[in-house]
Amino acid sequence: MLTRFARLALLACLPILTGPVFAADAPSPQLNIRNQQFVPGQLTVAAGAKIELLVVNEDALPAEFESYDLSREVVVPGHSQVKIFIGPLKPGKYRFFNDFHQQSEGWIVVAAPGAAN
Amino acid sequence: MLATAVLVFREVLEAALIIAVVLGASRGVSGRGWWVSAGVGLGVLGACLVAIFAAGIGSAFSGTGQTLLNAAILLTAVLMLAWHNIWMNSHGRKMASDIKAVGDAVRAGNKTLVALLIVTFTAVMREGSEVVLFLWAVATSGGQEYGMIIGGFAGLAAGVLVGALIYRSLLFIPIRHFFSVTGWLILLLTAGLAAQAAGFLNQAGLLPAFGNSLWNTSGILSQQSILGQLLHVLVGYIARPSGIELIFYVVTLVSIFALMRLVKTRVHRPGPSRTEPRAPAETRLTSP
Repeated sequence: MLTRFARLALLACLPILTGPVFAADAPSPQLNIRNQQFVPGQLTVAAGAKIELLVVNEDALPAEFESYDLSREVVVPGHSQVKIFIGPLKPGKYRFFNDFHQQSEGWIVVAAPGAAN
Repeated sequence: MLATAVLVFREVLEAALIIAVVLGASRGVSGRGWWVSAGVGLGVLGACLVAIFAAGIGSAFSGTGQTLLNAAILLTAVLMLAWHNIWMNSHGRKMASDIKAVGDAVRAGNKTLVALLIVTFTAVMREGSEVVLFLWAVATSGGQEYGMIIGGFAGLAAGVLVGALIYRSLLFIPIRHFFSVTGWLILLLTAGLAAQAAGFLNQAGLLPAFGNSLWNTSGILSQQSILGQLLHVLVGYIARPSGIELIFYVVTLVSIFALMRLVKTRVHRPGPSRTEPRAPAETRLTSP
């Protein structure tokens, strides 16, 4: 019963395992936090590409870059920067916000293939 | 003030839920209160240290230090909970229906108290460091000190209250099913923590995503909602999971389950184990 369960689980994973793997040179857009606002408020990236996002906190206050849409969360201490990898994403709008200052939010817009490049 | 209360509540709740399940799993073990309290104390200390050194941790490993630390903390908790569950299953005889089986479970629980301390410690440290950083941010932005203190305590109290309610409701489970239920709870919770660790490893660029947003159930149950968050902690609910998160979830679940089965049969087959001379009588109850 157990082996059947394991085999089923493996089978369930197969379509995922054949999906896209690492992109070698990821585009690296930058997102700043300035006066507790995200600058720019909207980042446009290409569909299907892995991106290396640099989040730079120019404020003295710590912030937390968080997104339920992207399943991402990272603390960005004051006057410092962190790097997170995102994607590859399907076309659409993905909301992110500062968990420590929830009024500040921004969007990652993934353009449809062809439109971006 | 409300924002403070909500954030503190959410972070405290995550840790409180894990502690509630840990307390359930160690039910009846003498001195568990001390072990779990020590875990909370060390966790608070760790949280302050992580918050103080946040800038240094964050810039480590070319800016992925904090993400990697989270992954490491989560994987440690996964290992500890896996050990606890496998050990309890082989020595606790939780399927047996007599009261003596509960005694066995309790004795087995003694051995894994250190694992439960580490799990408590990691849960409090991970969530606590965010609370400390957030409160620090609010405090230094000025003018909101009273609101922050009231909000902070309200959030803390509410989080602990929900954790206590979950623990209390666990106690309503009939004793003969109790350790079976906590075993399953820990199994699902552990798989969820492993999925979170996978998310962090992907965030740090160490693992591929194998597909983002495999499905999106945020319309049905938002992860931001209280129920969504409860289920996120207890069973690892993710509204828009990635492939790697799903793989970690399934592999962890299946591996721990398989090891529980394997170790149990291995312990039972040679007859009397080293725990109790009366073991064969119980074996009759557990083996079909």
